[in-house]
Amino acid sequence: MAISLHNIAPRTPPVSHTSWRLWLRQNLFANRTSAVTTVSLLLLGLWLLPQLWSWALWHAQFKPDADACQSIRGMGACWGVVSEKYRLIIFGRYPFAEQWRPLLACGLLMGLLVVSCMRAFWRIGLLWAWVAVWLAFFGLMGGRLFGFSLGLSPVPTDQWGGLPLTLMLSSLSIALAFPLAVLVALGRRSDLPAIKTICVTYVELVRGVPLISVLFMASFMFPLLMPAGTTPDVLVRVLVGITLFSAAYTAEIVRGGLQAIPRGQYEAAASLGLGYWKTQRIIILPQALAHVVPGIMNNFIAIFKDTSLVTIVSLYELSGALGLALSGDPLWRPFKIEGYLFITLIYFAFCFAMSRYSLWVEHQLQRSQAR
Amino acid sequence: MKNSPIKAALGGAAAIGFTLLFSASAWAGKTLDTIKQRDQMVCGVNTGLAGFGAADSQGKWTGLDVDVCRAVAAAVLGSGDKVRYVPLSAPQRFTALQSGEIDMLSRNTTFTLTRDASLGLHQTAVTFYDGQGFMVPVKGGIKSAKQLKNATVCVQSGTTTEKNLTDFSKANNLAIKPVVFEKLEAANAAYFAGRCKAYTTDASGLASIRSKEAKDPKEHAILPELISKEPLGPLVRRGDDEWFAIVKWVIYGLVEAEEYGITAANIEKLKAESTDPVVMRLLGKSDDTGKLLGLDREWLVRAITTSGNYGEIFERNVGEKTPLALKRGPNAQWAKGGLQYAPPIR
Amino acid sequence: MAGFLFWDMKTSFWHQRQTRRWLYQLALMLGLLALLAWLLSNTLANMKARGIQSGFDFLWANAGFDIGESMIAFDSSEPYWRAFGVGLLNTLRVSVVGIVFCSILGTMIGVGRVSHNALARGLGYAYTELFRNVPVLLQLLIWYVLLVEFMPDSQSPLHFNDWFYLSKNGFSFPVPVWESSSNSLVWDVPLWFDGEISQGISLTPEFLAITLGLSFYTSAFVAEVVRAGIVSVPRGQLEAAKSIGLSNWQTTRQVLLPQAMRVIIPPLTNQYLNLTKNSSLAVAIGYPDLVSISNTALNQTGRAVECIALIMAVYLCLSLGTSALMNAFNQRMAIRER
Repeated sequence: MAISLHNIAPRTPPVSHTSWRLWLRQNLFANRTSAVTTVSLLLLGLWLLPQLWSWALWHAQFKPDADACQSIRGMGACWGVVSEKYRLIIFGRYPFAEQWRPLLACGLLMGLLVVSCMRAFWRIGLLWAWVAVWLAFFGLMGGRLFGFSLGLSPVPTDQWGGLPLTLMLSSLSIALAFPLAVLVALGRRSDLPAIKTICVTYVELVRGVPLISVLFMASFMFPLLMPAGTTPDVLVRVLVGITLFSAAYTAEIVRGGLQAIPRGQYEAAASLGLGYWKTQRIIILPQALAHVVPGIMNNFIAIFKDTSLVTIVSLYELSGALGLALSGDPLWRPFKIEGYLFITLIYFAFCFAMSRYSLWVEHQLQRSQAR
Repeated sequence: MKNSPIKAALGGAAAIGFTLLFSASAWAGKTLDTIKQRDQMVCGVNTGLAGFGAADSQGKWTGLDVDVCRAVAAAVLGSGDKVRYVPLSAPQRFTALQSGEIDMLSRNTTFTLTRDASLGLHQTAVTFYDGQGFMVPVKGGIKSAKQLKNATVCVQSGTTTEKNLTDFSKANNLAIKPVVFEKLEAANAAYFAGRCKAYTTDASGLASIRSKEAKDPKEHAILPELISKEPLGPLVRRGDDEWFAIVKWVIYGLVEAEEYGITAANIEKLKAESTDPVVMRLLGKSDDTGKLLGLDREWLVRAITTSGNYGEIFERNVGEKTPLALKRGPNAQWAKGGLQYAPPIR
Repeated sequence: MAGFLFWDMKTSFWHQRQTRRWLYQLALMLGLLALLAWLLSNTLANMKARGIQSGFDFLWANAGFDIGESMIAFDSSEPYWRAFGVGLLNTLRVSVVGIVFCSILGTMIGVGRVSHNALARGLGYAYTELFRNVPVLLQLLIWYVLLVEFMPDSQSPLHFNDWFYLSKNGFSFPVPVWESSSNSLVWDVPLWFDGEISQGISLTPEFLAITLGLSFYTSAFVAEVVRAGIVSVPRGQLEAAKSIGLSNWQTTRQVLLPQAMRVIIPPLTNQYLNLTKNSSLAVAIGYPDLVSISNTALNQTGRAVECIALIMAVYLCLSLGTSALMNAFNQRMAIRER
């Protein structure tokens, strides 16, 4: 018998699970509380956002004209203070004519940091690049390198300021603190009682005190601790203080990573005949450090923010430079808040970028460990 | 212990340790030798007080204290430009001097017993006789310091100002509430923002801050009462009497120069022509007073040529033609009724 | 045969692990002692050469300065140790109020970040990112500028019903007080007259700036910690709770919170400690906390080493004390597993 083929009536389309209406219902109006929250937040936003827009952008003054700024005071933001003073804010007290040097130095350093973050560049040449860029940085900023003049006018370290100072202090202190932190973390986990006690005391002592007291100690007491007649440079003092501080926190993070390594790894290394240092270098540390890279990035963000404290020991990084730029200038002083918002934007940009990067690294690690 | 290399290593480590322990840290040469070797003098100054020590945006330093530094540098090194200025806030200034970071502190610092006796420092000579006063907004209607009952007063931390304020408040039963800031800029900002009813510091400092930082200087009044004596002058470290004498006598020399009519303009002429024995002695033509100090004959000539005499320094930085518009008052020569009285240079 | 040879070979003294361990430790201790001794000798030599006096005897000398706000009565004729005590109380005041405030705020934001509502989630995310990525000193300075420059003068304060006043001189509010004469609780309401406010409780703008600034900053971190804690509880727990008929509130209180607390408490302790340590930044905005008063004492007496050592010792004690307290709390909240 022939099978007759006849059309089947089209069925109704399946219920869509991804329409925007459904999303709204699930996410904004799921139940009564949710609906009330949504409505009240929307009303708040509708009241606040137009005012913010009007103040920050619509009525704002971008030209460096103090009188125009005064006339719109209260109604609009005066971003003219930024266009007038941005060089003083970003470069501090560095001599005006030579500000191309910190600009170049800053660019080189930022380039190095960005390149170090990208996987494609992780090879031995990167270490040489680090050495070269740091030498170039100090040479450009100071005009002299290890006592040899480079043909540029010398600029003493207490005139360095602003963004280059922040970048230099945070990246150099983290780089220097890292080896110390690894040693201290290993020392804390060792079973030699003397070494363990020293490391524990150091970490607990440094983590228990605020950074500002460490900076006070570095700037007031450090010269007393050195032999008479030597005066350590103010930048060196602050750098030593921040390095010791960040080493303690980094040591705790590395210790967390070391604790996550299973005993089997140590036993396998021992069965291969590897000694203590070889085990650490080849087997344990690579795994531990890979685990804690997000933690270390967080630490870097924290240290980057903490460099703003050096303004209390009279090194003029961004917020200190702003204070310097606006003090003694009664014309622009009323617009301090716009200056502060500008610096907030700079810090936010850097820190947000770093935190997104750390999230990316975490993703990479999870991918690499998934089977 | 059987193995001698290990024993030797341990012994070596112990030896190094003990050597370091007992090595006497001798004072590395006198200040004058260090300065001459460095060919530069390091002077601690204010971070930014117009008229006393302030840098413009090009980094050039001017002020009364700065001119004193230049005079000393000229006397010692030959040129007033061989100075490196280190701006110091009030809390940092003494430790910077104690630690050897600076050679002399010329930062409108008041002479007190505590500072002379217990900080390891020496007060040289008074360059400015001052007193502590109050500045108030004219709008507030306060005409006398005694009306400051229960008032909030902005003050900088680490200064004699804090203590004097307390004494004044107690003596007059005013229950003043101080708002204390670490930095001068923060204290100024708070006062001009309206946080405090009054601002207190040395009267010269008030004039300087009003002229430079107020939107309209006429809106702020300096109250007539001076509640303390504030003799301001440079300080040096203890233990170096030679350097102490040099700084002290350069200042006295500048005051003497004004008393005998020697100015930067006429000094060359006077050097060539004058027969007044005092002038000849001051300019190094008859006696060599410089040798007694460890300098050469022309030490005072160079100092006066660089900065002028005391009167010129005063008029240029804080005098009546400047925005500070201060009168000589107690800073006039003793013969004119003031307090500047230099011992004879002979 | 081989066994015979084996027992013949004895490891020499210097190759035994025990010896080497003791040697390394000895070398390290000696090196450290040498370094400390060198530093100490430098310090003593420097101090002697400059005639700087040392010792803690200055603590019994007259302070000679007034303190703007203090919780106990303080007069300028009191000794320095009492001034330090006032500073410590001020620090504790900021820390306690800040901890309470930031916990409440942080919990709210943290719960908001895991809520069903997308708007609440988004705002929570924006809040935490904004406050975490800006340095705390900058935030304190901004708060201070807002509270001092943008507030009205004390001659014409913002007031609500004559009970609350807000001006450049601070925030005043009424407080209930026990009156013995009428044996009842009465309201101590602030009284405004000619720009001065008496009675009631007044908070200075310095205190407000530092408390609010620190609270908002730390609340962003607390929100992250709370979120991590809530997310760490397996979904199966919530589903099981629902399946046995527990209401939302019962689920939260009896199933979610106890398990989340285990994960929340250690990092939360860290954040409380950070807040306490960050209160030392009060020196930048004129609030007389411990570091600020120690700074004044340092300048008046010249005893830099002693004053800084004192601050570090106090903060160390505070940190260790808070850690111990939270560890005890943690023990109590620990879930005893089978």
